[in-house]
Amino acid sequence: MGYGLGLVAAAAVLVGAGWVLPEWALFLAIVSLAKGLVVLGLVVLWRTGLVSFGQGLYYGLGAYTVGLLPQITGITDAVLLVATGTAIAGLVAFALGFLLSRYREIFFAMLCLAFAMILYGILVKTEALGSTDGFHVVAVTYLGYAPAIESANQVLYVFTAIVVVVLAGLVGRYLQSVTGQMTTAIRDNELRVEYLGFSVRRAVHTKFVIAGALAGAGGAIVATAIGHVDPEMVWWITSGEFVFVTILSGSGSVIAPFIGSTVFELLRSFALEYAPNFWQIIVGGSLLAVIMFLPGGLWSLVAKWRASGR
Amino acid sequence: MLTAFAILVDGLVFASWLFIVALGLTLIFGVMKILNVAHGSFYAFGAYVAANAIGVYYEAGLPPLGGFALMAGAALVVGVVLGTALERGLLRFMYGRDEVLTALVTFAVFLMMEDVIILVWGADPFFAYQPYGLLGVTEAGPLVLSNYDLSLIGLAFTLCAVTWWVLNRTRQGRLLIAVIHDRELAAAFGINVTRMFTLTFVIGAMLGALGGAVTAPMISVTPGIGVEVIVLAFAIVVIGGMGSIWGAVIGAVVVGVSRAAAVHLLPQVELFVIYAVMALVLAFRPEGLFSRAQARKI
Amino acid sequence: MTTILEARNINRSFGAVVAARNINVTVEEGETVGIIGANGAGKTTFVNIVTGYVKPSTGQILLAGTDITRLEPRAIVLAGLARSFQIPQLFASATVFDNLLYAVGIAEERGRPFWNRLRTAERLRRCDKVLEEFAIAEYRDQSVATLPQGVRKLLDIAMAMVHGPRLVLLDEPTSGITSEEKFPLMDIVVGALKEQGLTVLFIEHDMEVVSRYADRVIAFYDGSILADGPTAQVLAEPSVRELVIGEHLDGGEGGNARH
Repeated sequence: MGYGLGLVAAAAVLVGAGWVLPEWALFLAIVSLAKGLVVLGLVVLWRTGLVSFGQGLYYGLGAYTVGLLPQITGITDAVLLVATGTAIAGLVAFALGFLLSRYREIFFAMLCLAFAMILYGILVKTEALGSTDGFHVVAVTYLGYAPAIESANQVLYVFTAIVVVVLAGLVGRYLQSVTGQMTTAIRDNELRVEYLGFSVRRAVHTKFVIAGALAGAGGAIVATAIGHVDPEMVWWITSGEFVFVTILSGSGSVIAPFIGSTVFELLRSFALEYAPNFWQIIVGGSLLAVIMFLPGGLWSLVAKWRASGR
Repeated sequence: MLTAFAILVDGLVFASWLFIVALGLTLIFGVMKILNVAHGSFYAFGAYVAANAIGVYYEAGLPPLGGFALMAGAALVVGVVLGTALERGLLRFMYGRDEVLTALVTFAVFLMMEDVIILVWGADPFFAYQPYGLLGVTEAGPLVLSNYDLSLIGLAFTLCAVTWWVLNRTRQGRLLIAVIHDRELAAAFGINVTRMFTLTFVIGAMLGALGGAVTAPMISVTPGIGVEVIVLAFAIVVIGGMGSIWGAVIGAVVVGVSRAAAVHLLPQVELFVIYAVMALVLAFRPEGLFSRAQARKI
Repeated sequence: MTTILEARNINRSFGAVVAARNINVTVEEGETVGIIGANGAGKTTFVNIVTGYVKPSTGQILLAGTDITRLEPRAIVLAGLARSFQIPQLFASATVFDNLLYAVGIAEERGRPFWNRLRTAERLRRCDKVLEEFAIAEYRDQSVATLPQGVRKLLDIAMAMVHGPRLVLLDEPTSGITSEEKFPLMDIVVGALKEQGLTVLFIEHDMEVVSRYADRVIAFYDGSILADGPTAQVLAEPSVRELVIGEHLDGGEGGNARH
């Protein structure tokens, strides 16, 4: 009960913010929330000690779906597009998951990377999809409603906020479940989990599909917001960035990824404005600082603050 | 027939280049269990320092063959300076922590180095083509092969032989093998593991920088060259079995020849064939071609 | 009586070492069977084969008439078998309570593991009850990394028990604990298991423990079964005394031979 009310409240606050935020912040908020979904998926994996260095694959699949589907079928409905992007990414994760769920640690990370690089290699060489330049994404409609250009971002923001609350709510519920709580347990002792009658591979597979689908949703929304897709979305540096934001956020809550993602996007826009030559130094430096001095990520600060407030 | 020969030669040249780049990476992983993303930075720094030095050197009109010594020198300097700084300054605080986190630390360093390169050398390309032309060409029927490219095969063989000799015929090498097999046991027997780690890391860094240095005359040295290389090197190391030096040899040959085949037969798939091979190998040999399955006592 | 476990003509080698040679064992429901044998005699291999951790080269394992020979450990557990471990297999970074909770959650939520909540009031109560039953309630919120060995053993067995097995295999329940602790521990374990009418097989080095708790003993020697019968009869058999128990007499106490 309380959980459902909390979700409605979160949705109301997020949607309400759409009328307050200035235009530039609106765009930033859309991208932050959408990329936060990708990071949320990585958090689901990270809790079990798994890191995917190839989330760009699912992110890119979601994005390219939104780019291609209108061209092939004429569908421009945002709900359908994002749902299809999510489903395709989830399906690919499901298929690859049969192989990937056998791996752990660095091997898992590297194999994820390999699959992402395969798609990257294909996209770069496919001239029909614009090779390295990518292509333009058409404007979307919402259940038959086509917003004017001036208000497009505002509508997309509301849409994004709702998608984020629904998905984060589902993930939050999942994390309370038996499989969702099999995190440190799998990290600690897989053999024991198996001898309790529970399939570790199936648990990892489930987590991987969730992460893939969330990345697909994030990519689909980002493609809609930017109005463009290109192979860089699949590139390993993009995947690395998502991993960075995961570490920055911390895995303590389903809210953490969205805080981390927002901080990261803010940091990026200010850095590009005032210190464009130092962007990677800033990213690298803060990644080092978080790993060394703030192992629980930004969320550990929130948790500490809440603990001291009581 | 001719195509087959061309694929073989191109494949071997590419494999040699890959091996030179990947050797340091696999050495560091084997001994220290660190997946060093910053290996790409060592490579890039090696290329830049070498290109710079070569440029100045030939401008001064000094004896042309000295350029090769310069490349080796660049690798040495970059390896010692950057390798020591990274291992002593950062990585030693990560020993005993999660391997994936350590990999992320090196990823952070790699990102920072990318900017440092632009700050130091700017965004314009550097050229150091002189040593490349110096060695001339070999004509094999209708094929014209660069002797510089062919000499990479020689260099790869030499590195291979030296590594084998060090590991099997010297005291330090045997100690290193002991550390690879069982770190704790090695420490218990009085091997100075800390010193071993620093030494390994510096040598690995030198090899990475050497890879960059020998590549500098073949390419235009621009920002971002490390990004391409590091993922390739990963593929080699993963295919061969992480930490296995002989695995790296096989991995390099497999990737080198498959890429050369793709270039000659089906250029569209050139980029992804490498990763497809990697995924394929892993699907059948989960821990790479040269791995030992470990049973667990319960 | 019904037959719960049947092992037929089990053979298994590791390289040149024959770890199981023509093993035939039949266990009836309700029995408490002690398994004895020197190091390397094939006791643990037998348990590992029955629980699916090691596959036999030839032979067949039936659990209550169902062939489980080729099943994975997980499927064998679900078929009604539980095992404990010589080295307790716990979740090192969780508390005693959470270790048990994971086990209970998995047992109860079979089929709907990714929707129903793990922590329900009812389930938390059940966990507390089990902790009481195994007399480890005082360690409830302690991390398992800091537990005494006896408590680790009890928790390990408690976790194996919660899914309601029909047959339990205990791998050296008293190894690594002091001789004062061994009887209290076995009283708790055997008490809890027998209360549920379970069939128990346990590997044991300590002959005092064997003679006190087992009603039947199987003695292993060099991968084969040397003797199988009522406890007193097997323990009195000359070949068993010489080849199995004799090792312990030579080495002083049973524990010395293996550490």
